[in-house]
Amino acid sequence: MAATPLNNTDSHRAWNRLQLARHPERPKPQDILPQLVEGFLEMHGDRAYGDDATIFGGVGAFQGLPVTSVAIRRGKDLQTNLQYRFGMPQPEGYRKALRLVRQAEKFHRPVLFLIDTPGAYPGLDSEERGISSAIAENLYEFIGIQTPMIAVVTGEGGSGGALALMVADRICMMENAALSVISPEGCASILLKDSSQAPQAAASLGIDSDALFALGIIDRIIPEGTEGFHVQPNLGIEALRLALREELEALRGIPILEIVEQRYQKFRKMGRWTTDPQKSQP
Amino acid sequence: MRLPQLIQKLLLGKKKPQVPREITLPDNLFVQCPQCKATLYRRRLSAHADVCPECGHHFVLSVAQWIALLTDRKSWRPLFADLRPVDPLSFPHYADKLKLLMANEKEESVSTGHCRIQGIPLLVGVMNPNFLMGSLGGVAGEKLTRLFELATAERKPVLLVVRSGGARMQEGVLSLMQMAKVSAAIRRFSDAGLLYIALLTHPTTGGVSASFAMLGDIILAEPGALIGFAGPRVIEQTIRQKLPEGFQKSEFVLEKGFLDAIVPRHELRSTLAHLLELHTFHAPPESSSKGTSSQVNFIHRVKKWLQRL
Repeated sequence: MAATPLNNTDSHRAWNRLQLARHPERPKPQDILPQLVEGFLEMHGDRAYGDDATIFGGVGAFQGLPVTSVAIRRGKDLQTNLQYRFGMPQPEGYRKALRLVRQAEKFHRPVLFLIDTPGAYPGLDSEERGISSAIAENLYEFIGIQTPMIAVVTGEGGSGGALALMVADRICMMENAALSVISPEGCASILLKDSSQAPQAAASLGIDSDALFALGIIDRIIPEGTEGFHVQPNLGIEALRLALREELEALRGIPILEIVEQRYQKFRKMGRWTTDPQKSQP
Repeated sequence: MRLPQLIQKLLLGKKKPQVPREITLPDNLFVQCPQCKATLYRRRLSAHADVCPECGHHFVLSVAQWIALLTDRKSWRPLFADLRPVDPLSFPHYADKLKLLMANEKEESVSTGHCRIQGIPLLVGVMNPNFLMGSLGGVAGEKLTRLFELATAERKPVLLVVRSGGARMQEGVLSLMQMAKVSAAIRRFSDAGLLYIALLTHPTTGGVSASFAMLGDIILAEPGALIGFAGPRVIEQTIRQKLPEGFQKSEFVLEKGFLDAIVPRHELRSTLAHLLELHTFHAPPESSSKGTSSQVNFIHRVKKWLQRL
């Protein structure tokens, strides 16, 4: 038997929330960050090849506490969209992120990630310079970084390109943000051979904050207010500020090696399977 | 022949299309090489480890073929074979597909086990492209994580034969997180000073390429394998131009600096054995002296050399 088909209202609910996550007027990480971090100073370059404009990061103070922040720029019109490759980072961006996170570890600064990307850039140059390797390195390195890290998906969290900034102690999502293993359009065109069925795929993939909280993947949903983040940006940003303050305070009370151990266990627990009783082994 | 058929034959005999008598051959007596189009006798191909004798094209091997090719005879002991996939999102048609695939393939998208290569014990994982493109879901993620954890506890090297389309769509973000989970286990394994060899075969793409495939201490690849993050079709759609010849093939990825070496299939076993020897100081196996003499000699040489220091 096929899985229960999702009814129309359900599928459209997930799809509608995704449209909010992608809304051009929605505050982008580059708008949110200066409101949270005072005296933010951007640090450029991966010290190896170049500077990716899409991923940006630097130092500043969150309510008086020095922090390192790494975030993703998204365009608002055609020109800025092209400039930031529609929010799709290049390998240099991920390598810059790693450099800044290591620096944060050295100076015992907490790290804040603000994520809004459809995914890593699928281009010729991106492949040539090892986008796979850059993402893999971040997964490998971040799990052992000895400083507290908080990741917030503010808009779209697209696949490996988002995950590479998400190996953190707390993963939060704005209420109408989306996090997905593949874009619903991509999923529909691969599995259903019809990209117009993306709304159904959006519902099936479980990409909204409520579904992901229920699955235990994210730790916290940050409310946006009833009108949506793009209508009431201040409400969402205040909620985000409060959430970050609470999470940072909670993390500051834990010895760093315990934080690293808890981070490992957090990811260790993820995933679902069962065992075949007939084939069980010690 | 029955009467009605006889009448029919007499009446319509000439009009009835002649059905040519079918020659029944075993299904896969001959295969065509997808690269040079040569028609190859199946047994001849098998004798060449499924490498085309005409052009060197490496055919895709089954999990059992990989185990037979690389590991010592009868040394394979499966691990975590009792793990079964579930359908956490009630994704349309996923439960049906799983049922069918588990019946056909017996094991999920990766098979893990204990084995030996030229006498050296290690833990091995081989991915199965027939199981939803070898995609990384909850079972594969858990098996690989346990494999690295066990190898850390037993202080053994790990070899993964990688081929996968990436993270499994039908398990949503739970699949995506398997990339982080396996990478985390590799980190702990690596911190314990142990050796992980990744062997990338056709095709290694998506989330698998962007996690454990690229985290080997040593990353080897088969010739001509597709290795990349985004699929060629997606890239062509993004940049709206034709991709250069050989783009994302092993040779290209090596040239760009992301592989240690490309090893033809017939040299793999000896290359792996040599690499393992260079990383392991273990007691020579008591029972088998044949075939491991070079390894015993080698260890003897290393010990002597160490004594001189």
